[in-house]
Amino acid sequence: MAVGNPNRAKAESGIIRWIDDRFPLTQMWQDHMSKYYASKNFNVWYVFGVLSLLVLVNQILTGVWLTMSYVPTAEGAFASVEYIMRDVEMGWIIRYMHSSGASAFFVVVYLHMFRGLMYGSYQKPRELIWLFGMAIYLALMAEGFFGYLLPWGQMSYWGAQVILSLAGAIPVVGEDLVQWIRGDFLISGITLNRFFSLHVIALPIVILALVVLHILALHDVGSNNPDGIEIDQNKDENGVPVDGVAFWPYHVVKDLVAVGVFLTVFCLVIFFFPEGGGYFIEKPNYEPANSLKTPEHIAPVWYFTPYYSMLRAITFPLFGLDAKFLGVVTMGGAIAILFVMPWLDRSPVKSMRYKGWLSRAWLAIFVVSFIILGYLGTLATTEGRTQVAQLCTVLYFLYFILMPFYTRIEVTKPVPTRVV
Amino acid sequence: MKKLFLLSLMMMMPMFAQAAATGVQLDSIQVDASDKASLQRGMKTYVNYCLGCHTSEYQRYIRAAEDLHMPPELVVEHLIFSGQKVGEQMTNAMDPKLAANWFGAAPPDLTNEVNLRGADWVYTYLRSFYADDSRPYGVNNVVFPSVGMPNVLSELQGVQSKACGQVTEYDAHGAAVIDSLTGKPMTVESCEILSVAQGSGSMTPAEFDATIYDLTNFMAYMSKPYKTDSQRIGMWAILFTLLMTVVFYFLKKEFWRDVK
Repeated sequence: MAVGNPNRAKAESGIIRWIDDRFPLTQMWQDHMSKYYASKNFNVWYVFGVLSLLVLVNQILTGVWLTMSYVPTAEGAFASVEYIMRDVEMGWIIRYMHSSGASAFFVVVYLHMFRGLMYGSYQKPRELIWLFGMAIYLALMAEGFFGYLLPWGQMSYWGAQVILSLAGAIPVVGEDLVQWIRGDFLISGITLNRFFSLHVIALPIVILALVVLHILALHDVGSNNPDGIEIDQNKDENGVPVDGVAFWPYHVVKDLVAVGVFLTVFCLVIFFFPEGGGYFIEKPNYEPANSLKTPEHIAPVWYFTPYYSMLRAITFPLFGLDAKFLGVVTMGGAIAILFVMPWLDRSPVKSMRYKGWLSRAWLAIFVVSFIILGYLGTLATTEGRTQVAQLCTVLYFLYFILMPFYTRIEVTKPVPTRVV
Repeated sequence: MKKLFLLSLMMMMPMFAQAAATGVQLDSIQVDASDKASLQRGMKTYVNYCLGCHTSEYQRYIRAAEDLHMPPELVVEHLIFSGQKVGEQMTNAMDPKLAANWFGAAPPDLTNEVNLRGADWVYTYLRSFYADDSRPYGVNNVVFPSVGMPNVLSELQGVQSKACGQVTEYDAHGAAVIDSLTGKPMTVESCEILSVAQGSGSMTPAEFDATIYDLTNFMAYMSKPYKTDSQRIGMWAILFTLLMTVVFYFLKKEFWRDVK
């Protein structure tokens, strides 16, 4: 007697068949691996999605082991991190994998996002992939922020203090809101406890769920490629895109090369430069948190510094709103505007290869502004630096605001129908 | 596209550059975790001169004994003065509240001092005390002005004070200014020169510098006791990942041969 859903791919016999009659194992394997076709012309920019997944797994595994020895209390947190570094067998490797992994996560995610901007991977029909991806980015920033408080060092404490105080800039409800988030009148063990809970339970669940949605949406509409050609338009008699190759084994073995290169660089960092020159682990974090002693220069970790720069660039009140609140709005706006990317780009083509020089120039301006803002965010402010930050903030926003115009008026090149 | 990728990596380079900006020119040293004799001498100085007031509450004696190649019995006999067990952390009996009264601030824990300030800072700081009658303990420090700490090493170093004389002139970027006529560095008058009254300490300046080097070397070890392991394991890990990458590369090449 036939068992289960007859309309799905099944193995001929054996244990896999038994499972297939009860669970779409073979079907899923085909949908996502052996019969998921992606363009054969992927270049180096297409490895950062897989690498993000690799780093996510790294963060979860090392996080599980760190949690075994970490003590989430104001009294015990700092000492427990030292305990992990010094007394737990191989604890220092696990901790450095996690702390460097956080920075690596943002490196690969930023490059992954840049790939999307360059090849128009957010364009129709991939708007939802982009939105899920942006939600991951947002959750990741929250995850990084909560995690950075946990070592309970001076920079953990004062970094959190600065970021939390941003919510305090919101008119009327600000101060009450900050107190509600902190759960105390200042950042204390209570704040540490809730950040720990959010960091190890709430946000990882959210991120994992979003990653599943991101990949499901991707596998439904298919991957974009450097030419922005829809490979589904050209299928052979078996319904296989002629310009596509199966994810398993072709793209998997290709990605493995990238994994090898990535792990080599990653090992170089965790074994030889785990502090990243003070950018991955900041020096003041070797001193336990002290609410009475403010460090001379508070800088957030590098992956937040572009937005931090924008916050500091707003030095003037406007429309009766004070500068700090406007800074917060600017920061929030800088992230929010990324969400609407798919609707700002009016170009008939996806890839930068076929867009005009205006799009290319603006993308370059955007990237350079973002990097300069990031660099300035690590430094103390001077008048000159603030002016540069202001200019870069304006350019950052102009890239998006002007996009509907320059993508429409520029002359694009014709897109070939086949991938070469 | 590869060029663009490399370019974007290069543009990120300034982010990895070391941020360094301190007022005082620090003397630079190269710490060496493989010089066990230096580390042992440094630990001896540390337990004799530092541990009375400061703690190393994350460093265990036994770990130092193992890492510095010292038999634990000898450590118990010669390096533990508090009656502690060899498995315990290097702490002391000083009450931090009383200490804050005596020195203005409780002496900080030193386990992570080199992580916090760097080896060059520690090395320079410990050699930069000078006589200053306006301070409660009669000494001040060039690197850490108005520090509460007395110069506990003065019996070794002797009495150091500020004197006037000619010193090499440095430009705003820290490079020596060269006289274009003679090709030699220019000098300027300075009254910030530190000099030790001859015969006032039990060590010569060179011996004292060597002692402080050993002490700093030990403190650098203590800040990252896993560093030697890290470099050893790291070499093998990278060798492995490189080999793996080569295998993956040929695997990819083999599979992609049939892709037209």
